Amino acid sequence: MSKLNLDRDKVEGCRVLAGKIARRVQDSVDRHTTVSIERATLRLLGVEESCKGRPLVNAVIDSLSREDLSRGIFYWLGRALAHHRSSPVSLCLRIAEGRIRWDRLPEASEDQIRRVTEPLARAAVQRLGQSALRKEQAREASGRSSRPLKYLIVATGNIYEDVEQAKSAVLNGADCIAVIRSTAQSLLDYVPFGATTEGFGGTYATQENFRIMRKAMDEIGRKEGRYIRVVNYSSGLCMPEIAVMAAFENLDYLLNDSMYGILFRDINMKRTFTDQYFSRLVIARSGIVINTGEDNYLTTAESFRAFPQVLTSQLINEQLGLLANLREEQMGLGHAFEMDPAIEDSLLYEIAQAETVREIFPNSPIKYMPPTRHMTGDIFFGQVLDTMFNLVGAVTQQEIQLLGMPTEAIHNPLLQDRFMSLKSAQYIFKAARGLADEISWSPNGKVIRRARSVLEDAHQLLKKVEKAGLLQAISMGLFAEMVRDPEGGRGLEGVVQRHPHYYNPILSLLEKKDEEEGLSQEDRNERGSRDRGRGPRPGGRRRRPRGRGGPPRRPSP
Amino acid sequence: MKKDLHKVRPYGDHLDDGKVQISFTLPVPAGPEAREAARVYLEKMGLTGVDVVWMESMGEAFSFFVAYGCAAATIDFTKIRLPKPEFPLLSLEDLLKTAHEKIRRKIVVVGGTTGSDAHTVGIDAILSLKGIKGDKGLEYYPVFRVINLRAQVSNEDLVREAAELKADAILVSQMVTQQDQHLENLKALAKLLREEKGLTPHLLKIVGGPRMDHATARRLGFDAGFGPGTKPSEVANYIVHEMIRRIHGKSESWLEGKGQGETPPKRRSLFGWLGGGG
Repeated sequence: MSKLNLDRDKVEGCRVLAGKIARRVQDSVDRHTTVSIERATLRLLGVEESCKGRPLVNAVIDSLSREDLSRGIFYWLGRALAHHRSSPVSLCLRIAEGRIRWDRLPEASEDQIRRVTEPLARAAVQRLGQSALRKEQAREASGRSSRPLKYLIVATGNIYEDVEQAKSAVLNGADCIAVIRSTAQSLLDYVPFGATTEGFGGTYATQENFRIMRKAMDEIGRKEGRYIRVVNYSSGLCMPEIAVMAAFENLDYLLNDSMYGILFRDINMKRTFTDQYFSRLVIARSGIVINTGEDNYLTTAESFRAFPQVLTSQLINEQLGLLANLREEQMGLGHAFEMDPAIEDSLLYEIAQAETVREIFPNSPIKYMPPTRHMTGDIFFGQVLDTMFNLVGAVTQQEIQLLGMPTEAIHNPLLQDRFMSLKSAQYIFKAARGLADEISWSPNGKVIRRARSVLEDAHQLLKKVEKAGLLQAISMGLFAEMVRDPEGGRGLEGVVQRHPHYYNPILSLLEKKDEEEGLSQEDRNERGSRDRGRGPRPGGRRRRPRGRGGPPRRPSP
Repeated sequence: MKKDLHKVRPYGDHLDDGKVQISFTLPVPAGPEAREAARVYLEKMGLTGVDVVWMESMGEAFSFFVAYGCAAATIDFTKIRLPKPEFPLLSLEDLLKTAHEKIRRKIVVVGGTTGSDAHTVGIDAILSLKGIKGDKGLEYYPVFRVINLRAQVSNEDLVREAAELKADAILVSQMVTQQDQHLENLKALAKLLREEKGLTPHLLKIVGGPRMDHATARRLGFDAGFGPGTKPSEVANYIVHEMIRRIHGKSESWLEGKGQGETPPKRRSLFGWLGGGG
């Protein structure tokens, strides 16, 4: 049951606005492709190799002019395959070595191209579905972990060291392991290759590193009788490619949020919204859960004032996600406990904000991020702040709790920091297990009034964004107080307008909603029973209570 | 109880007991041998009366310890010398009056956080109107024109802005990074600042951050470094007085003035390590 008695009409009003905002972005997305999307398309066909020190997919895509690329790599691949019987991988190798040249390819009819490429596309999409199935079965086999899930970060720079630290975290109770990427990997326009042992402030995301961590977590998970979720980053300039690699290596969560890239990594808006759409199609099909980065807004802006931005961005992210076929259950929308501890009743306001997010997105696995802005070198006080954060997570029943570290403001967490943090989080979650069910908030008290004002402010902000358009709104500094230019930022040169005959059969398959390859029967039933319409669903939106029993929520009068 | 400033030791619950608290991890499985190893190790570190009060297994191969011991070493507090920016600390009214008389125009301050971290809490504390803990930021001072470029400013952008705006002072906030990358980044910035011709000749180059101190800042080629706990009023005073000195020559009497005060500022990190991103 709802504890905040939020105005359901206002919530649906917000969704309508967010839907309009998202569709306007989508109009532009649908007219473009990017170098990274085309590289991801090749990766979907199994092209993982490195060639002369650079990824083969980069070599192949860079060998086409932007004008030629506007037809889509599949068009060229189709023409090549129609005349050279071979696998996509060996074809790519021959192209990279200059043994096959695009300008010397004989013409091929549309039919011929389709005949040679469609089976490849179907197999690729099937492979994504198999990954979804594998994860679902593994999760079911190990039983449900108690909530909130405890999400821990490792970041040594060396994948083998990461494995050791992750294992230790799992043995101490961690449910999700995220490997932080090396500083500024998001700005590389290629994905590094192979196992890596050196990085700055994190470990490179490579397919081999994914494989190593997945294997280790499967092993330790089996020993512990828990399924361990493995997390990485589908963000930055290689967003779509990392989504493919993560899907093939059976990762569970991916940080995936264009808004984050634009605001905090200065990546070009057009590039990253276009990339994000393709990556989310891949993610949707492979049963991965995205994590969005709204928590970061509260690092540059004050939480009490800026929280409506978080809600606004979550609503937009949800609508963009739906347009890319993500289910609500795949949207780990982010927010954070970042209020200034000097504010009186900050605990109540944090609860109000966290509960608001939970109630507005009842079916989404919300991800709650720990304090960073007000963490200091005082690790003892930091531990207290993290405890309050954990308490709010428990009382508002967050799905994913990224555990805070006492040494947040100092250095990468030491092994013992993670241990301390896990131990206290486990205590809080256990001690406060039933607290949420016992609590109701005073009808006109501070919690409910704060929730109401956050929703109202988000509604106002959505109106503003809708009027200006999302790209313009970002350039006006409406989010995180960061100003970004639609034509500025990194990666714009990698955006290509699609040719009227742009060809990408994988994209077409992923865009089809009735395409159910690789999904289990149960999943199919689940999806069949839900409103799968694009855009906002005002009114009769089906809601499930969040494991509290009780009847489904009703819109309030 | 007689305190000897020539021989200072940690204070636990009485003078000169030398008590220190220490927590650490050993990469060995927990057990009686591990506990003994921890005790002996602390003795090797020079502690006496070692008491390992807590041991816990952290997975198969690691154990966590909390321990207390008495440190024998002493420190001569009277010999401690710490280079820091020297300037008088005037009240707001006096500072404004001084600036008005000696400078007669607004001082242009350009600030930002360089590198890839998104935390702006430090630079905002110094520059924004609100300031920190009741100490108003530079925007509050009518004598400053503040341009806060905020987070993730590249060195090139910072230098270009400083040149275009004819900045009198630049304030760089530097994040905590691994492998001392932030120092490399600051070195690169100092080089750019030396090479850029469009800057005002008297430009004040100031850095701040949780791992920053004056000596490091000087070594890297900056004029001043401010560490954790710095108040906006301190930075404001430094800028005004140093500006006057640079414009009017070195003869000002305040040079011989007293330092920043007797007690070192309370340590408080103004910055955070960003646990996300990548």
